[in-house]
Amino acid sequence: MLTKRIIPCLDVTLDSEGGTVVKGVEFFNLRHAGDPVEFAKLYNEQGADEIVFLDITASHEGRTTMIDVIERTADEVFIPLTVGGGVGSVEDVRQILRAGADKVSINTSAVKNPNLIKETSDIFGSQCIVTAIDCKRNTNVADNSDKTILTLEDGTPAWYEVVIYGGRKPTGIDAVQWAKKVVELGSGEIMLTSMDRDGTYDGFDVPVTRAVSESVEVPIIASGGAGNPQHMYEGFTSGKADAALAASIFHFGEYTVPGVKEYLKNHDLPIRI
Amino acid sequence: MKKITIIDYGLGNLRSIRKALEMVGAKPVISSNPEEILDADGVILPGVGAFIDAMNNLQPLTDVIYEYVDTGKPLLGICLGQQILMSKSDEGGLTDGINLVPGRVRRFPSSELKVPHMGWNSITINKSHSILEGISDGDYVYFVHSYYVDTDEYHTLSSCDYGLSFAAVVVNEKGNVVGTQFHPEKSGKKGLKIVENFVNMC
Repeated sequence: MLTKRIIPCLDVTLDSEGGTVVKGVEFFNLRHAGDPVEFAKLYNEQGADEIVFLDITASHEGRTTMIDVIERTADEVFIPLTVGGGVGSVEDVRQILRAGADKVSINTSAVKNPNLIKETSDIFGSQCIVTAIDCKRNTNVADNSDKTILTLEDGTPAWYEVVIYGGRKPTGIDAVQWAKKVVELGSGEIMLTSMDRDGTYDGFDVPVTRAVSESVEVPIIASGGAGNPQHMYEGFTSGKADAALAASIFHFGEYTVPGVKEYLKNHDLPIRI
Repeated sequence: MKKITIIDYGLGNLRSIRKALEMVGAKPVISSNPEEILDADGVILPGVGAFIDAMNNLQPLTDVIYEYVDTGKPLLGICLGQQILMSKSDEGGLTDGINLVPGRVRRFPSSELKVPHMGWNSITINKSHSILEGISDGDYVYFVHSYYVDTDEYHTLSSCDYGLSFAAVVVNEKGNVVGTQFHPEKSGKKGLKIVENFVNMC
């Protein structure tokens, strides 16, 4: 049976000496503290189903160093690797795949130039083009009858607006409609992050996760808000997600990948142990 | 050291396959040169993307592949590389494969299940073969595909369930041509074991 995937996400940035480090990780006692490759190896050994690297260096030097990180990871970690962050062209995608990544996630650039999804999926195949959708609740439904109106947990009607540039800029685009569009363009997977939940530990944003999952044929990775294994369970069941992404709960050691997986398996979800 | 040629006919992540081969003690060569294919101890046919594009790119090498396979040396097709081994595919209009294994490539039917079939799924072992040594029923491997291989029991070494049962590992009559729908180079320890098994066949 196809299992639900647990995916640790590593935000990779540069330190003062220009080396790559994972942001927001405090507890692991590793030989090369902060080296993204060491984290990827560790999570692999713990039974992670995939690894996601987000390049948050936002500079040319950063990208070059990131390529080195991808190469070193691909040389030692034999599970799927997705890389995102600042991907803006066919050449970016080619470079990342050639370095050894299996999938590339495209976010802001896809909103600015949707054709990039079509172009890259035509060339490299849909299976390696992930669209990252960041969205935010918008309760102004009166002026937005063309949007997909969902019901929040407390019964409030709302639509979810796509936001770009790390959540700073709203776009007026409906997240559910955008998800359908990127799948039509050729995206093979969607990584859906609710900015209302990101960093809150309140759990995944179930209404939008479920709505997107039910509207498209491709797998959905729920992201933003996971604070405990029960949140993962809700994301998979109520949210109908195919995979769950988490960063802090694993990095800070509150929960481990095997611990979360055991919890989910004990709650009758298909999980690879 | 066994020389394994990974056929380079376009796009995709070949680095992981190369590294997996190195991990198990083989000497990988990435090449589209006919001589590198013919004098290899083993050949891997990788592949991602669309069937028709892959067939077009592979066209100049098909004679070399037939010649290589006739020597009895092993060939492993991975993912789309497995699908290409088959007779025909429905992808992008009916397209001929290289017909080393009889069977047809079909799209997963519309259902509640997500397509692509993406992630870790368990496989069932139908027949013993050296490629599956140390692999058991229920072991998880990593899949990502929207089309699947439909062949008969005789050519199916292992199967997988995703709404329907499809061939996870296929084989030809002679036993030297095998294909995996999943990615052994992305399937952790079990995957590396399959890569090692292949190298041992060579």
